[in-house]
Amino acid sequence: MKKTGKMVSEVLKSFMKKPATELYPFVKNPKPAGFRGRIIFHYEKCIGCKLCMRDCPSKAITITKVADKKFEARINLDDCIFCAQCVDNCAKNALESTSDYELAGLSRDSLKTVFNNESVDNVALRPEE
Amino acid sequence: MSNVTIPVGPQHPALKEPASFKITINGERIERADVRLGYNHRGVEKACEERNYIQDIYLIERVCGICSHSHSTAFVLAVEEIAAIEVPKRAFYIRTIIAELERIHSHLLWLGVAGHEIGFDTLLMYSWRDREIVMDILNMLTGNRVNYGINTIGGVRRDITPKQAQEILCGIDKLEERTRYYIELATEEVTLINRLSGVGFLSHEDALHLGAIGPTGRGSAVDRDIRRDDPYLSYPELQFKIVTDDHCDVYGRTLVRVGELMESYGMIRQLLQNIPEGPISVKAPRKIPAGRAFSRYEAPRGEDVHYIQANGTDMPERVKLRAPTLANVQSVARMLENSYLADVPIVVASIDPCFSCTDRMISLRTDGPGEKLMSWPELHAFSLDWNRKNRGIDFTNLNKRLIEKKV
Repeated sequence: MKKTGKMVSEVLKSFMKKPATELYPFVKNPKPAGFRGRIIFHYEKCIGCKLCMRDCPSKAITITKVADKKFEARINLDDCIFCAQCVDNCAKNALESTSDYELAGLSRDSLKTVFNNESVDNVALRPEE
Repeated sequence: MSNVTIPVGPQHPALKEPASFKITINGERIERADVRLGYNHRGVEKACEERNYIQDIYLIERVCGICSHSHSTAFVLAVEEIAAIEVPKRAFYIRTIIAELERIHSHLLWLGVAGHEIGFDTLLMYSWRDREIVMDILNMLTGNRVNYGINTIGGVRRDITPKQAQEILCGIDKLEERTRYYIELATEEVTLINRLSGVGFLSHEDALHLGAIGPTGRGSAVDRDIRRDDPYLSYPELQFKIVTDDHCDVYGRTLVRVGELMESYGMIRQLLQNIPEGPISVKAPRKIPAGRAFSRYEAPRGEDVHYIQANGTDMPERVKLRAPTLANVQSVARMLENSYLADVPIVVASIDPCFSCTDRMISLRTDGPGEKLMSWPELHAFSLDWNRKNRGIDFTNLNKRLIEKKV
C-alpha cells in the first residue's frame, strides 16, 4: 500500500531510545583483537634482516645497527599506513600491532618514534625530546 | 530565452570529490552537459611501476576508499594468473566474503547519500547507523574499517574463526531485517517514489550504447554482471540472481541496489556454510615471471578492470586500471539532458561516482597513429614560424608576388 510518512513510526520509536552514537572521548569503542593500530618494536628480538624495510609501502620504518647484534628501529607513524605488512614479514615477532589508534598530536614530531635499548617497556623514545 | 552555461563544480558538486560539469540551461531545463574530469590525478599507475608487488597491493587498495577490496583483489588475481599460483580454495572464499561485505557497506552508504541528496536525511541517518554493523564486522575480520589489507599474493592474510563466522551471521540477520524495511520503504513511501521516478532517465538503448555498467546499467535493464558472466573467486559455486529493473531512472537504480543487498546476504550465508578447511595462503615468488594478465571484477559500482604486465622482476612493468565510474560518467551527461537543474545532485550521485578513482592520464591522438616528439630548438622554430604566419605579417605571399612580378 502506497502511503506517505512511512518512517514516522520508526523515528518516534527511536525518540525514546538512547542515541546510537557514542560520546567518544568519554566512551571508547573497544577495538577487536587483531586491530591494526600503532606499531611497536621489541628491541631484544630483532636480528636485523630488514625484511620489514623492504616491503614497507610508505618507507616508514628504518632499522639501523647500533652495536653488535643490536638494532634500533625508527618508525615514522606519520608516514605509516598501518597495513601491518612489516608485522607479517617479521620472522622473529619483533614488530607488533597494538590497538592504540589515538595518535593525533599537535606536532608531527610526536609521531616519529625510536625504539632502542633505552626505550623501556616498548614505549618509544621521542628523538627531539 | 537564451541559453546560459553554468559550471557545477569542481568543488563538491554532489559528493565530496572534485568533478566539473559544464551545464547549458534553457530556463531550468538542461540542454547539454559536459563532464570534465582530471582534478584529482594522483599518478597511481606510475607509482605502481616503482614499487614491488607487495607494496602495490596496499597502494592499489588506496585507489578507492569504498571499493578498496575490489581494486586489490582485481590486482592480485591478475598477478596470480601471471605467476600461475594455485590459490587455496579457502582463501577464495574469504576474499569473496569480504567482497560481499564490502558491497553491502557500499550500497548502504549510497542509500544514505541518495537520501541526503533528495532531502530525506532521516534515511541517511538510519541507513548509516545500520551500516555500522557491517563496518564492525569488517573491522573484526581484517583489523580495519576501511582499506582492509586482507589480500596478499597467493591468498589472504587472516583466517575466519568459527566464532567470527557466528558473529557475521548474527550481523547479517540484523542487516537483512533492516534491508527488508528499506525495500518496504522504497516501494511504499510515496515521497521517495515520486521524487526519484523519471529523474535521471537513461533508456535501455542509451545504457547499452554508452556502456553503462553495474547498478547504473542494471537499473536500465542491462542484464550484465561480471560475477555471473565471467566468474572469478568463489562465485561459480554460489547461487544468486542478478537484480535488474526496467524503471531506467534513479528509482530503478535504488531498487537494484537494495535488491542486491538481499542477494549479498544470501551469498555470505552460503559462503560461510560451505567454506572448506585448509590453508589460507601459499608462498608466492617475489619475482613474477614475464607475462600479462587482464582481470575483471564486479565492484559495488560496476566492472573494475585491471591489466598487469610483468617483466620477470619484483616490480610490474605496467599497471593499468579502469575504475567503474569512468564507464558510467558518459551516461551522466546523457541523464542530465532534459532534466531540471535542481536534479543535478541526485542524478550525479545516482551512478555512485568516485572521481578520484577514475582519474587516469589520457592522451588524445588527433593526427592518426604515432606521436611526434619535438626537441626544444624545433619547438622554438615552430613557435616563431607559427606566430609569424598566424599573428604577424605574412611575407610569404608578398615574396611570391614579387617573384611573379620579376618573372
